[in-house]
Amino acid sequence: MIEYQTLEHDVLVIGAGGAGLSAAVKASGAGAKVGVLSKSLLGKAHTVMAEGGVAAAMANVDGRDSWKVHFADTMRGGQYLNNWRMAQLHAQEAPDRVRELEKWGAIFDRTKEGEILQRNFGGHRYPRLAHVGDRTGLEMIRTLQDHGIHQGIDFHMEVTVLTLLKDGDRIAGVFGYDRERGRFRLFRAKAVILATGGIGRAYKITSNSWEYTGDGHALAYHAGAELLDMEFVQFHPTGMVWPPSVRGILVTEGVRGEGGVLRNKDGKRFMFDDIPPLYKGQTADNEEEGWRYTQGDKDARRPPELLTRDHVARCIQREVREGRGSPHGGVFLDIAWIKERLPNGAEVIKRKLPSMYHQFKQLGDIDITKDPMEVGPTTHYMMGGVKVDPDSQMSAVPGLFAAGECAAGLHGANRLGGNSLSDLLVFGSRAGEYAAKFAKDLKAGAIDDAQIESAAKAALLPFERTGGESPYAVQYDLQEMMQDKVGIVRVEAEMVHAVEEIAKLRKRMDNVFVPGNREYNNGWHTAMDLPNLLTVSELIARAAADRKESRGAHFRDDYPEKSAECAKFNIVLHKGPDGEPVLTRTPLKEMPAELKQIIEEMK
Amino acid sequence: MATATFKIWRGERSTGGFKEYKADVSEGMVVLDAIHHIQADEANDLSVRWNCKAGKCGSCSAEINGKPKLMCMTRLNTLPLDEPITVEPMKTFPHIKDLVTDVSWNYKVKMGIKKFTPSATEKWKAHQDDVDRPQEFRKCIECYLCQDVCHVLREHGLHDKFIGPRFFVYSAALEMNPFDSADRLADLKEKQGIGYCNITKCCTQVCPEEIKITDNAIIPLKERVVDEFYDPLGRLFKIFK
Repeated sequence: MIEYQTLEHDVLVIGAGGAGLSAAVKASGAGAKVGVLSKSLLGKAHTVMAEGGVAAAMANVDGRDSWKVHFADTMRGGQYLNNWRMAQLHAQEAPDRVRELEKWGAIFDRTKEGEILQRNFGGHRYPRLAHVGDRTGLEMIRTLQDHGIHQGIDFHMEVTVLTLLKDGDRIAGVFGYDRERGRFRLFRAKAVILATGGIGRAYKITSNSWEYTGDGHALAYHAGAELLDMEFVQFHPTGMVWPPSVRGILVTEGVRGEGGVLRNKDGKRFMFDDIPPLYKGQTADNEEEGWRYTQGDKDARRPPELLTRDHVARCIQREVREGRGSPHGGVFLDIAWIKERLPNGAEVIKRKLPSMYHQFKQLGDIDITKDPMEVGPTTHYMMGGVKVDPDSQMSAVPGLFAAGECAAGLHGANRLGGNSLSDLLVFGSRAGEYAAKFAKDLKAGAIDDAQIESAAKAALLPFERTGGESPYAVQYDLQEMMQDKVGIVRVEAEMVHAVEEIAKLRKRMDNVFVPGNREYNNGWHTAMDLPNLLTVSELIARAAADRKESRGAHFRDDYPEKSAECAKFNIVLHKGPDGEPVLTRTPLKEMPAELKQIIEEMK
Repeated sequence: MATATFKIWRGERSTGGFKEYKADVSEGMVVLDAIHHIQADEANDLSVRWNCKAGKCGSCSAEINGKPKLMCMTRLNTLPLDEPITVEPMKTFPHIKDLVTDVSWNYKVKMGIKKFTPSATEKWKAHQDDVDRPQEFRKCIECYLCQDVCHVLREHGLHDKFIGPRFFVYSAALEMNPFDSADRLADLKEKQGIGYCNITKCCTQVCPEEIKITDNAIIPLKERVVDEFYDPLGRLFKIFK
């Protein structure tokens, strides 16, 4: 007999980053009894690491901005594979969500007129990112946390979910364990919101923490939901590359927004050499114009360093591959040069980018006000995720919602910087609101004991084996393999091979052994994350093999061009009756005429 | 490749002890890297909290060679590697296992502080100069190293009378927020024990965000408390106002 504690909520939120907390606040505001599960302590989720800002067309810095421009920018950045309804709602609602944060205690940087200050970022036509230096995510998560703790929400910290429980088709709760003592817990709920973030830990070089193991993606998939756009993994162009121990740690796009430039080993600003046709008209063709743009000249076009992340990452990769990289396999990102233009340049850098200054000084022995940084691509963000209704965020499973990074649709083939923080506010709020509505007047679903029994048994297997492999070794080999075979540049044969390798790793996973007991055992926690990592890795590889073109973050060496045929569908995966993934090419929905017109006007 | 010896606390506080491990040292390595290598290679069940590994989340607080620090921001080349490096859990909080402590007290304390309360007529306009100071306080990553080092908590255990430096910084951020209208001075004096702080500045020294906790948060709050409750002229002035 399995022992476990039972807790009951109307709405249960899995994840306590920006999306989860936004959802929890809105659901409890609507009168639902809300519980939040977080893998880490409250306030430590990945949102805390977001640096540059939150995109919202408030037009505080440039009056020409509007939701329409933001909508068009987002669609262009996503290469038109985005769900246009989500892109519309996102652009329309983001400003209100940012102002709401201010009413809950956030203190954004200010304009001279005393309004919320906005900065430039890649792919955004006007300065649009509300920010707090380069620690915007910390400000957001702390605001939501400090507001949320007074809303009567139950926070269950350091709890990991093993499986979603269903009553027939609908969701009935979740089963998991607390990390501290390793005890099982059953959370009954009428509605469940997944807000678990991304999948970065499937790769070796990543800006993501240990938590990012695709839990929400995998839980939803196994519960019968559909996953969308899994081939689109964002490699952020600028991660640290040296020293080895910090490889992958993020260097904010804000550095380029404030005038930082990319150079190869010959000192050349290589980004001017390759400007995609879609962006020719809005990109500066000389250094002088690019500089004026970063300093707020409204007549100037943005420098090519601020092209979309997918493109900048590939250009960096090209420089390195063709032998023009920096000593440790990256390129140079130089912000120190602005001292030539601004007499107080060093002060400006420290004020605008304090945590970058600190990070390089302390971890890399580099003073960024004096010397260039070495940077290269790092696995950063998952565009793909749970397919949801654009208005309510509900998945194909009744009562199962998803928001933030683990949901998909808004970003299409490539996310613009700053659109993630606004995504999690807008759609976290919507998920909370609609989940509360869904749960209202509904009776809790029945719990299937057999489901609990089998999840608990499987969870304890690593202790029962008398020997076997370390879960860390399996995770490490998966990361290495995904980096190699399903990374920034992809070819068919390697991805087919990756799927075979994943099958082998699954066998190894079935033989992992963990010493010690269930109390705060990181080895056990790592073992419990493996099934999710392997599930998402396989889905990424399968979707990526199926999309035979290069678009956005998905680059195929064997199909280096965009294909008109592939522009017409999204790839959707669900679990078939035999347990194997079923892949469907789903045609894009026709865009309403008024949205089409906006895109035309903004070209 | 050079190696270093680590003495890591294993087990629980009353029954556990230091255990020695060796780890290879590579360029740029931090203490958390060494802990991860040891965990992956020979101590799979070693308990440690961490998240961002970039000094932004405040999860990996510990005492390294007896000093409260973030493991992810402590470079090995700043430590004497010819002798063993000790890594142990924070002492001010109840211990769970290995390097993990129970920091839930901090979450309870925060609940007791009056939340952000804007006035109904707020215009939401402020100049950068007016928000610089609360923004300094809002850099706090809640690593609780300041709580760990504070002798009022660490040595005297006054957890029920004193909220500690982290929450003076938190209160100061609210009190100095131009959009806030609540008054927390009576609570600071009566319930939150600001008088116990005798400004030894240990908290400021360990703050990884370099917040000037004592000078910019605690002393101004103490001054406001004094002005409010101990200034006879001021009180007279208020009565007749």
